[in-house]
Amino acid sequence: MTRQQTHKLAVAVITIVAAIVVIPIILVIGVVFWNGLPALSWEFLTQPPTNGMREGGIMPAILGTVLLTFGTAIASFPLSIAAAIYLAEYAGDTRLTRWVRMAIVNLAGIPSIVYGLFGLGMFVLFFGFGTSIVAGALTLGILTMPVVISTAEEAILSVPQEFRTVSLSLGATKWQTIRHQVLPNAMPGIITGIILGLGRAAGETAPILFTVAAFYLPELPKSIFDQTMALPYHLYVISTQVPGMPLEIQYSTALVLLLIVLSLTLVATLVRTRMRRRREW
Amino acid sequence: MKTKIEVRDFDFYYGDFQALKGMNIPIAEHRITALIGPSGCGKSTFLRSLNRMNDTIPGARAEGEILLDGKNIYDPKVDVVELRQRIGMVFQRPNPFPQSVYDNVAFGPRVLGMAKRGRAMDEMVRESLEGAALWNEVKHRLDDSALNLNPGQQQRLCIARTIAVKPDVILMDEPCSALDPVATLSVEDLMRELAEEYTIVIVTHNMQQAARVSDYTGFFWLGELVEFSETDELFRAPREPLTEAYITGRRG
Repeated sequence: MTRQQTHKLAVAVITIVAAIVVIPIILVIGVVFWNGLPALSWEFLTQPPTNGMREGGIMPAILGTVLLTFGTAIASFPLSIAAAIYLAEYAGDTRLTRWVRMAIVNLAGIPSIVYGLFGLGMFVLFFGFGTSIVAGALTLGILTMPVVISTAEEAILSVPQEFRTVSLSLGATKWQTIRHQVLPNAMPGIITGIILGLGRAAGETAPILFTVAAFYLPELPKSIFDQTMALPYHLYVISTQVPGMPLEIQYSTALVLLLIVLSLTLVATLVRTRMRRRREW
Repeated sequence: MKTKIEVRDFDFYYGDFQALKGMNIPIAEHRITALIGPSGCGKSTFLRSLNRMNDTIPGARAEGEILLDGKNIYDPKVDVVELRQRIGMVFQRPNPFPQSVYDNVAFGPRVLGMAKRGRAMDEMVRESLEGAALWNEVKHRLDDSALNLNPGQQQRLCIARTIAVKPDVILMDEPCSALDPVATLSVEDLMRELAEEYTIVIVTHNMQQAARVSDYTGFFWLGELVEFSETDELFRAPREPLTEAYITGRRG
């Protein structure tokens, strides 16, 4: 084989492999849309389930997932961003920070059911929040921290050193430099990390299983210490626990969940490209 | 004439490497002092010692004294943040923040609490831009991104940003090395004007520039100050053979 032929073969193989990666994604999305779209209606989105969840809509589960996503944001982000600022700007390279970094990497690799059990022990029982939105949001918050911390840290580190130097040379303190130069410039990256973290949190089932999710609760939660239904768990329930469940409701529920997660990812991408275009260096 | 900055037996180390050896330099108030010498001779290190920008480098260490208005800036009691407000800096590459022209100039006064938004700040921004001979070119595009200005304008914007915090001294680290000859001339003219109000120390690779703009010149070689005198004298009749070799070698 000549070198040119080898080159062509390599390109062909790589292209095929890339296509193979894309196929499952398209299939999953395609199948869910194909089967879920017909049963999707305004009533489905705005009515509570009836007749043992075999009829009616999924409004409480949608609302629950939205509430949990917001709660996750509140629980995770101040802490994650503070941690990212510390690691990127203050920590340096010491034994302690190496441990912290290792902990964050490992946190990302922990199976989500373990987060669920941790949340049960820590927030539901030890802190006595009970099975509640607070407990679920805190559990999901911890789950999102690794991805938010690492993307935020990367975004902060990618701000040119020169901006810091100039800011300091003008008599700004280190904190003012971070607050007024580094963070605004790192914001697109940080927001991307936040939204990707939220997308992950919105779709998780195991962490909310013991901490917040209700099997069947058509009433809406009245406070953050109430239980709520949530889409991923609802999907799990109607797919495995309810006999005689119409297939199209299952698919429509999956479709709604998929749309929420996909739209979060889409927003993340848009925010990033928009803010990138505005700030260039 | 008053000495603004008095450098006394100043040594500087990066770890074990001694970058500056026994510096003694008087820097005259409202004059331009140029520092010349080959790359790696320590002139930039010296410049950054004057506003303690080297402090952030791990393993860096200073010995000796640098007196600003008679007070040692390496005294442990000195507030570095305040010092840097008094000794501003302009860098080699024009490096405006990726913000509007206005916000670039307003950044310093804002974080230092010198003026709030509104008319006082507008006034401050205008004064600084006028001071940097840039006002007429940008007065109608203050909200434009600073990155849309040409390199010469960007560098003058950086100068405006520096003088906005009302420093006594301006340090310039090869401020024209990224500029074309026309922009270089405009910055040099500006330096002469600025010298009426500020004390200026400039590091430059360009000996003609040192000869054109400065009142005093110091020649650095391998971390030592070989010669320091009035610019005319240094270029016309250098005392040290090394200085002469350097300036004539570069001229040819």
